[in-house]
Amino acid sequence: MKKKYLAVAIIALLVIVGVILAVTLGGSKEATPADKGSKVKLGVILLHDENSTYDLNFINGVNDAAAALGLSEDQVIMKRNIPESQECTDAALDLVDEGCNIIFANSFGHETYLLDAAKKCPDVQFCHATGTMAHTENVENFHNAFAAIYEGRYLAGVAAGMKLNELKEAGLLKGEKPLMGYVGAFTYAEVISGYTSFYLGAKSVCPDVEMKVQFTGSWYDYNEEKNAATALIAANCDLISQHADSMGAPSACEDANVPNVSYNGSTVESCPNTFIVASRIDWSPYFQYIVNQVAAGEKIATDWTGTIATGSVVLTEVNEKAAAAGTAAKLDEVKAALQAGTIKVFDTAADNFITVGGAKLDTYMADVDTDVNFEKDTEAVADGYFHESEYRSAPYFDVTIDGIELLNSKF
Amino acid sequence: MSEQKKTAVHEPLFHLAKRSNISFGKAMLIRAVAILLGLLVCGLVAFLLIDKLRENPGKIGDFYYSFIKGSFTTERKLWKFLKNMAILQCISLAVTPAFRMRFWNIGAEGQTLMGVLGSITVAFYWGGRLPEWLLLILMLIAALLYGAVWAVIPALFKAKWNTNETLFTLMMNYVATYVVSYFLVIWVPSGSSTLGKLKYGKLPPLPFGDQYLLIILIVLLLTVGLFIYLKYSKQGYEITVVGESVRTAQYSGINVKKVIIRTMVVSGLLCGLTGYLIGAGLDQSVTTESVGGQGFTAIIVSWLANFNPLIMIVTAGLISFLNSGAAQISQDFNVSGALPDVIVGIILFFIIGCEFFINYQIVFRHSAKVKEVAK
Repeated sequence: MKKKYLAVAIIALLVIVGVILAVTLGGSKEATPADKGSKVKLGVILLHDENSTYDLNFINGVNDAAAALGLSEDQVIMKRNIPESQECTDAALDLVDEGCNIIFANSFGHETYLLDAAKKCPDVQFCHATGTMAHTENVENFHNAFAAIYEGRYLAGVAAGMKLNELKEAGLLKGEKPLMGYVGAFTYAEVISGYTSFYLGAKSVCPDVEMKVQFTGSWYDYNEEKNAATALIAANCDLISQHADSMGAPSACEDANVPNVSYNGSTVESCPNTFIVASRIDWSPYFQYIVNQVAAGEKIATDWTGTIATGSVVLTEVNEKAAAAGTAAKLDEVKAALQAGTIKVFDTAADNFITVGGAKLDTYMADVDTDVNFEKDTEAVADGYFHESEYRSAPYFDVTIDGIELLNSKF
Repeated sequence: MSEQKKTAVHEPLFHLAKRSNISFGKAMLIRAVAILLGLLVCGLVAFLLIDKLRENPGKIGDFYYSFIKGSFTTERKLWKFLKNMAILQCISLAVTPAFRMRFWNIGAEGQTLMGVLGSITVAFYWGGRLPEWLLLILMLIAALLYGAVWAVIPALFKAKWNTNETLFTLMMNYVATYVVSYFLVIWVPSGSSTLGKLKYGKLPPLPFGDQYLLIILIVLLLTVGLFIYLKYSKQGYEITVVGESVRTAQYSGINVKKVIIRTMVVSGLLCGLTGYLIGAGLDQSVTTESVGGQGFTAIIVSWLANFNPLIMIVTAGLISFLNSGAAQISQDFNVSGALPDVIVGIILFFIIGCEFFINYQIVFRHSAKVKEVAK
């Protein structure tokens, strides 16, 4: 009986507190949505928060874009920790209620839920990073974006290859051949494209390099990533890189004093002795692009691929303490060649570069269009190279090439 | 209690005494003060942690307003709040029968996740091949079955070999997570382990009201149903007796093993049903995060409500309110997603802590004397 009163009383308390607060504090807040259409308001849906290097990279991108465009504080709303579920649709619609006219979501699994919201609100633009469905769904206000990050990975690979050469000359290699370790998330095209271009970058300067890849089966799992890196180090890897979002692999490298090529951002503060360089996608150019398009009343590209030229694919500062001598200069040189098109990352014509079972990769059908059966639908090799991120922004290179050994592939 | 006792010379300044009987008003007052203190401490912590507040202390009003804003300022927010509350309530209902029996089932997270997996398995393989109504029924059956099986395994071990149910059910959560990971790898050959929203197997919304109304009504019915089951049915009585004393139950001819297993099946079925509501009613997909820790939150919801399904509406509401309010604060003040957890944690600490002052009283030397005089 007592408890029943408790129930009533708690409700009463909540209502009273609520009403008082709403009246006293909120009264002045209700009169804002008048200026809705006149200016751009950007809503950003994030899977995690600052603790994930992946999400931090987006948060930095939003802040940089806001600063560059002079957006005021109330023109940007970020929703953190939004799971890949109905919650994402709800979050997007809530942002629409708050007056956002561009809504951006950052995680692959958000896509189908964001698409639902896009269908419900045709007047609002919805942009989704890393997704694959915009070019086939034909929903006017739904857009995908990614960057040709394989070029950044390739550059990071060049830095790794130079470090291996330096270790080799100093006689510091653990085995006979230079060996790299890579902590991957899933056996998904984005990851495969990433580690393959990283490997090719290293191979371009250090031709006998080999690589072992250990998958964690999670995009973000500090312990698993740290364990995977530690296992790779124990398996005689001379250098580690990763495609996983926590600080697990970099910190394992710092503990073991093994050089690390990072991703998503610099880890030099936590790993001053082992961090060489990191590639990352700078999302700021894309945020600036979509805000400008909407402000001008122009259409947003259905499938946008950022490049080195747009400033979307960037490298962090090289950490001279850990990197081989002359790394920065060499990276500038290769970067210029990539931009000029004289170097192709997935160069299938070059001898002894990209081989599968010893043979050159002359033809490859990639799964570019999303369908339930994951059919391979598009020939991606032409003119002597694999056309990554050209038929859609999200990567689709998913070939296992010679020189790369997958330690576990059931993810 | 201390009526007979004369004030001794060496009596300390104050001591604790168990309250045999606390007036309703007083208990309420203690709880109200606790919540207000919790809110106050939250404000203080927020002031220390949020730069914007330190720079502009006047915004502390906005901070408290965000709590309200998170759940009540738009119709959509209100329905979402009610939906979140309903799902949390449903899992809380599921853990309750076992808790009343003092069977510490902390496996609701895994049992619910298995329920989601069960319904999505059916939708994945038969979606589009069977009529939607049949698909939805099969999804429900699969969800109930998966949930019940996941719950009954630890119960069987408890009944047969007296294994520790807390550890067992906890471990079953992790197994469930990996079972889901396993199927995602099989179902998504592209390797992303992201199934995405399926096209078939969506619980249709009611022809009137909000899309979430159906879920809310289902949970409301279940709440009343479980209250009646626990309070008025013979099985409910047996649960209470086993909870009070296993020996008494045995003496009065109750088959304790049977009651344990049967009650866990009930828990598992309810978890499975929640999984169905999540799988078919909301996400139309499954991830390892589909339940998102609500299976654990449900434990505190049920406990705070003293295992009474009706009061659980209030406690589930309170927790959902705090969660959406705290998330709103993170959004409005553009601060890390960890701050909401800190805020909810502080308030829960005060709510749980105040139970101490409801069960015990602090008797001061003087007040003890005054009481005696009054009597």
